[in-house]
Amino acid sequence: MESFFTRFKNVLVLVAVLLAQTIGLAIQVRRPVVKGEPDGVKVTLLRTSVVAVVTPFEKFFHGIGYNVRYGWSNYIDLRDTRQQNRNLKDEIARLRLEQAQMAEDALEGQRLQTLLDFQRNYVTSTVAAQVIGSSGTDQSRVVYIDKGAANGLKVDQAVITPDGIVGKIRETYPHTSQVLLINDQGSGAGVLLEKTRIRAIVRGSQGGRIVITNLTPDNRIKPGEKVLTSGGDQVYPRGLNVGVIESIEPDLEHQPYTLIQVKPTTNLFQLEEVLVITGTQGTLPAVARKDLAQGAATAKEIAKARAADDAEEAEAEAKAQSAAQIVAEKLPSLQDEKTPDDASKTTPESPAGVVPRPLPTLHPDRFTPGTTPPASSLTPGAEHSVMTYPPQQTQHPATKAEPQPESNDSSPDSGDAAPVKRPAPIKKALPQTPRQDQNQVQGQTVPAQTRPAVPKSAAPEPETPSNTQGPDR
Amino acid sequence: MPSLSYTSRRELEEHSFSPAVTLLVPVAAILVQVLLAKLYWRLAMLDLPLIVTIFFSVSRRSPAVGTVTGAAIGLIQDALTGRPVGVNGMAKSVIGYIAASIGIKVDVDSLLTRILMNFGFSLLNSLILFLINRRMLGTPGAHPAYAQELLRAVANTVVSIPIFLLLDTTKRVA
Repeated sequence: MESFFTRFKNVLVLVAVLLAQTIGLAIQVRRPVVKGEPDGVKVTLLRTSVVAVVTPFEKFFHGIGYNVRYGWSNYIDLRDTRQQNRNLKDEIARLRLEQAQMAEDALEGQRLQTLLDFQRNYVTSTVAAQVIGSSGTDQSRVVYIDKGAANGLKVDQAVITPDGIVGKIRETYPHTSQVLLINDQGSGAGVLLEKTRIRAIVRGSQGGRIVITNLTPDNRIKPGEKVLTSGGDQVYPRGLNVGVIESIEPDLEHQPYTLIQVKPTTNLFQLEEVLVITGTQGTLPAVARKDLAQGAATAKEIAKARAADDAEEAEAEAKAQSAAQIVAEKLPSLQDEKTPDDASKTTPESPAGVVPRPLPTLHPDRFTPGTTPPASSLTPGAEHSVMTYPPQQTQHPATKAEPQPESNDSSPDSGDAAPVKRPAPIKKALPQTPRQDQNQVQGQTVPAQTRPAVPKSAAPEPETPSNTQGPDR
Repeated sequence: MPSLSYTSRRELEEHSFSPAVTLLVPVAAILVQVLLAKLYWRLAMLDLPLIVTIFFSVSRRSPAVGTVTGAAIGLIQDALTGRPVGVNGMAKSVIGYIAASIGIKVDVDSLLTRILMNFGFSLLNSLILFLINRRMLGTPGAHPAYAQELLRAVANTVVSIPIFLLLDTTKRVA
């Protein structure tokens, strides 16, 4: 027997060690969950001993790094401090405006919640802590903070940053606490999707991500939707940021559920300072109430200032109008008597606006608008006739103008019988060559080769006397 | 004159360490591991306690001592995590035992042997942890991440070479 133990000493030691640890694991796993006591007495004793040995070194090295880093940034590297101060002041002003805009709604929501007897927890007190260490392995995502039971921290209290939730306290020691991060495999939180108001549970995954695995496919859920705490887990107060939906895909192992990956709003891999929520209450805290009241007062002030501005503007406009009227009365020459009539004439009846009339032609020819008779007046097989042109509207310096009948003043293509006054100095205003006149149609120059060449022989017989008055070319 | 004879490699090259080294080196390895992981989260991929376990096991060349050394280092490592105590303890117990057994038969002072040994034990550690998580603890969503574990093995191997050279200076011939 003695030789057996001597011979198999190594194997027996291995088996004994493995067996003892296996039994220990089984006891830990099978142990009923007790609120506030995540581990048994013996395991807690082991953890406390190890933490007590390791933590002083962690604090020491963290203190060195902290002092070097913040000593540099607080006392030496102050180059952009003034600019940062200005930016922060601007931001405060902007946030005050935002707060004022939201204060009324918040107060109304408060009143409605009170009417409905709606239960809600508000954060009343927090303890700021610094992260001093980690578990040292990527298979367990926990961090250690420099505040413990002596600072009023308890197991299952929520740990947050201004960006969102971080995790919860798993275990407390006198001056240190272990925080279980939300992306640990054993972690979870009740959440609410912001837009769709769907409730779900986020869990940590093996790779350090947070996922939702208890939802079936839903077309309303889209990537980019914010995920907030629902408050249903009794750990995290309602409405805190958790993350943003990153991707949605079918969970192949758990059909028909979907695997929704959530990108946390807090950088869980680079935590420096956190807040531990140590107190909540059903009513709004006094500080928040004061802020809301201040916001509401600011909103009223802004509304008053806007109303005063509007009144001043209206008064100034009225004054300006009256001054203009006085000036207009004192200076009657500025008033154009024809203006109202002209305005009424030029007011378009159709939404397309006024069709511009063609400028009077200096040298009418066969291409002048209105010279071509309508197709209905043409006779097939008619004899070639001499092309005639409309009368010259303005006097050419080289030719003497003959007296024109009154009816020729109307534009040939306008179709409007109303007389239109021609501007007298049009010749001076449009010193165009004859070739340019040929190509001008309603103010637009068209290349000569694109226009249809109408031979004189093909020109129809003139029907109106106006076409017989023009000079032949 | 008594004749001096060596019956095995173990008797030829068995080393011992001072109690201070035996106690402080594993604690220092765990402490540095914790600080490195806090400094940059990707450094949590390293497993300095595993490297120390392998070194002490192959140097002492006693499987029983290797088992106990691995168990102790693993349990301390577990105590700092949020997981049940014993996961790393079991994995490192097995590795300590195997490393010491190999150390009896193979020249573990050569560079190539050390590289192969650390690479292989790192993969074995990942495999044992995966099996414990999947089979014994029933952790949901535990999948083998082959690429990551290979990368972890390479990183541990690279880091282990200078650490072994450093720890070689603490050896005492038994």
